[in-house]
Formats: sequence, C-alpha cells, structure tokens
Amino acid sequence: MSVLVFLDHAEGKIKKTSLEALSYGADLALMLGLSVNGVLLGTVSDDLGELGKFGAKKIYQLAKDALNQLDVQQYVRLLAEIVKSLDAKVIIFSNNVSGKALAPGLSAKLKAGLVSGAVKLPDISNGFVVKKSVFSGKAFANVAIKTEIKIIALNPNSYKISEKGGSASVEGLAIEDGMPRTKVVATTKASGEVPLTEAEIVVSGGRGLKGPENWGMIEELAHLLHAATACSRPVADAHWRPHNEHVGQTGIAIAPNLYIAIGISGAIQHLAGVNRSKVIVVINKDPEAPFFKAADYGIVGDAFEVVPGIIEAVKHLHSTS
Amino acid sequence: MKFLVCLSKTPDTTTKIAFKDNNTKFATDGVQWIINPYDEWYALVRAIELKEKDPATIVHLICVGKEDSDPIIRKALALGGDEAIRVNVEGRDSFFVATQIAEVAKKGSYDIVFAGKETIDYNGSSVGGMIAALLDVPFVSLATKFELNGGTATITRLIEGGEESDEVNVPFVVSCQKGVAEQRIPNMKGIMGARTKPLQVVEEVMADALTSFVSFDLPPAKAGVKLVPADNPAELVRLLHEEAKLI
Repeated sequence: MSVLVFLDHAEGKIKKTSLEALSYGADLALMLGLSVNGVLLGTVSDDLGELGKFGAKKIYQLAKDALNQLDVQQYVRLLAEIVKSLDAKVIIFSNNVSGKALAPGLSAKLKAGLVSGAVKLPDISNGFVVKKSVFSGKAFANVAIKTEIKIIALNPNSYKISEKGGSASVEGLAIEDGMPRTKVVATTKASGEVPLTEAEIVVSGGRGLKGPENWGMIEELAHLLHAATACSRPVADAHWRPHNEHVGQTGIAIAPNLYIAIGISGAIQHLAGVNRSKVIVVINKDPEAPFFKAADYGIVGDAFEVVPGIIEAVKHLHSTS
Repeated sequence: MKFLVCLSKTPDTTTKIAFKDNNTKFATDGVQWIINPYDEWYALVRAIELKEKDPATIVHLICVGKEDSDPIIRKALALGGDEAIRVNVEGRDSFFVATQIAEVAKKGSYDIVFAGKETIDYNGSSVGGMIAALLDVPFVSLATKFELNGGTATITRLIEGGEESDEVNVPFVVSCQKGVAEQRIPNMKGIMGARTKPLQVVEEVMADALTSFVSFDLPPAKAGVKLVPADNPAELVRLLHEEAKLI
C-alpha cells in the first residue's frame, strides 16, 4: 500500500508541477501512514535519486525512449498495470496538460474515483474529501471519493514544493509497451519564455493596449520579472496575440502568485480564469473598471505612461539588490 | 464518417455563483442555462464544419440529463446536428456520465467522439478521457486545431510551453478548446429545422458514481484594493517587493 505520484517530464527534465504533486503526495502519505513513490514512463537526464529530497522512497521507471511522447491510450494501460502490481492506494497527478489527458482514463480503467483540480490535502476525518476549484475559480467544492483506490489531480501552483531530505532508490519496471496509436508529427514552442500554467508571475494585456504593436513593454516587463505573458479574450479574438495566451473562463485558468493586468477591464468571464491568483495588480485608466474590486494593488492611469515607469523601477530594484 | 458530439448543460458565463441548503447545493434560481461553451463553440462547430466539407458525414449529439436539457439540445440541432440522443437521467459524477455516453457510442459505432475540454461549472476535464478509456480508443486532449483527411486526423494540441501536432486514425475521442473553430449563431432556417429533427430519449444504463459532492465554499472576499498614484509607479514596485514579497 502506497501513494504513487505520476512524474511528468519534457525535454529530459521532470516538470515543476510534478514536484508540487510529489510534495503533496509525501504530505498525504504521512497523514495516511503510507510511503510515497514516484512512477516515470520514459527517460530523463535528471538524477531520479534526487527526488528523495521531496520525500519519495522509490522511483519506478519504465525507461524506454519511445515513451517520451505521450500516447494516452498506452500510458493509461501501463499505469493501470503498474498501480495494480504496486498495490497503490492513492495516485497523484498534476492537473496539467498530461494529468488532464491521463487521470480520467486511469480513473475509468480502474473504477477509481477521481478529483481533478484539487487545491488542498484531503480531509480524512470523515471519509476522504478533497477540496477542488469549481465554476472556473469562482467557488470550491468538497468532493468525497468513495472507492478504495483514489486519484487526485492537483491544480498547478496550489501546493508548495517542500524539501524533506533523503534519497530515493530507482527501480526499473519490466512491462511490455505496445505500438503508440497517436504519432507526434511536429512540436512548436510558444513565443513566451515561461509556460503560462507554470509561471509564478503573469503579465497580461487587454484591449486598453490598443494594438499588437504595443506589446513590447508587456514582454519587457515579463522578461524582467521572469514572468509569462497572457491576454484577455478580445485580444486573442482580434489575433493580436495567440490563442494559447488567452486567460479567462473560456481560455486558460491560471493561479500564479502575482497577476498583473494591464488595460483589462475585468469582465466576470476574465476574472473567473484568474481570481485564484494570490495577488492581483490592476493598471487601468478607468477608475470604474470592475477589475479594481478584485485587485490587491492598483494604479488608475494610462498604461503607456505607467508601465514604462514600472519597468524603470524594476530595473532599479534589480541593480540595487 | 459518423460523429458523436457530447453536450453538457451549464450555467451562463455571467452567472453569479451562490449555494443553498447549507452550502450543499448550487442555487439554480434564476440561472440561465446554456450549452457548455467548449462543447458548443469548439467541439460542435468543428464537427459541423467537417460535415459541410463532406456532406455524407453524420453528426449526432448526446446529452445526459432530464427534459430540462431539451432547449440546449434543440439549439445544438439548430446549429447543425442531424439527430440527438438524450440519456434520461441526471448526471451524478464524471464517471457516471462517461459510462452513459460510452454505452451510446458503442452501439452507434461512431468514428469520432467530440467533447469540450471541460465544463465551465465543475471543471472536471474528465468525461472525454473516461469515454476513450471505456471504449479503449485513443484520446487526444486539448485540441486547438483539427484537420481530417479520410480516416486520419491531424490534431494540434496545447502542451506546456507550446503546441504539438499528433496524427491519429479513427476511431478516437478528441477534446476541443479555443482555436479549433469559431463560435456561430444559429440562423432562422436552422432554428425552424431543429424543431422536427429527431431527439431520441433513451434510459440510463447501470453505472456507479465514484465520487459525490459534499459541500461548496466561496473564496474569501478580498480586503480591498490598495491604490498607488499614477505618477509614482516605483511605489507599486516597492510594495510588491517589500510588502507582498513577490518580486
């Protein structure tokens, strides 16, 4: 009996969101009196023994290069076999792109209850109840998992990575993998430097910026803060920015530590995608913009004057600290 | 080609979220119900666009719900679905709903099952992946582009920090999001035609719910915004550095 954490990876590296899932799994295992292990399909250049720092006892690896590309059907079949052979009782995914692809399939295969979008450790005082984000961040639901095997997909940026010390042993798995049914034919990198869903800081622009030619200062500020760039729906619809930058109810939902909204009025649909951000800064020339009601800090002013001033101040801060 | 498009009924995007009965139920009084935007704008519209290119294509719609789902099903028929199937039961959880849809999908031998990337109410992002596992077919999630050439689809999907293009042969399940298609409004001909299109009601199959909603909470209210004068942006940077300790 154990807690098993799915370790997602890209370009040879374990994803940060998987370290969040591992930290969560380690704390859950402590609550349940179980040990926590990781499972990795494919190969990485990271030292897997190092994952012991985050509490993992064993890392089970099916080390085949062919598995470095996600084929959902095959991954689900392999994971179901691994869960059964290891007698894992709780399986943790990050609710990132891979987690959203895999956790539901594993849930259906094993008839194991799934809560996706978890934001906290479960309450085990009366059953097994997991708090998750619902209504696109406008509320939380407490959901009971009623099956013996339980699956949790943890929202990115919802649980702090914590180092506990220790080292993990790595064990190879011997399971036959089949031919993938989906074939990756191309990959393209997004223009931003930091993936939006993993970013701790996000700088976002709206219609108030008047046109795509004015995004230079947004990108400069994002670069200085090591932040991702994002935008509101009208901006993506007008093709000023790519769709994969659209945050909001019908775009991507994010929960960074700091969300800086520039020239965005804050329609309810936009707020739904960003209101789990820990701190929100709003810069808008309209003092009546609804976004100010949801903000922690704000400046009522013209973005074209305020943002260059912020950029200067950040540069000054970096040069003095 | 035969498509099955999954539809879910969700509260309108401007709905104020409130709960009743000691925070155990979503307060539905006065709520406007719509087709889940991801199901309508992206999954359904793309299926219809593909039918427009190849008129031999058949587009069926499926919804798990009671009669109060009929208005959104009629709207989807007005947009261009050929026929609809409603499984006459209130959904209990994602697995329960996915089992009902998988059962219909098996009987109808569909080539592609289309789902939205998630519903805007419970944000499970689960039903599509579960249907694929129950049917034991490939699942391509979070599609932003979808091209079909004979029995082979090329699907661009969002990954962290970029996009990936996958090739997959029918049958499969795809979940759709922004980029796959553009939102449409039904025209008068579609609305008139939808009234007489077949809407078949079938009874549920036995299935377990693996999870249950215990209660709901609203996030704590914000303390209020701290405004910084526009001529002093350095003060904002100071607050974010010293007070919020975020930069």
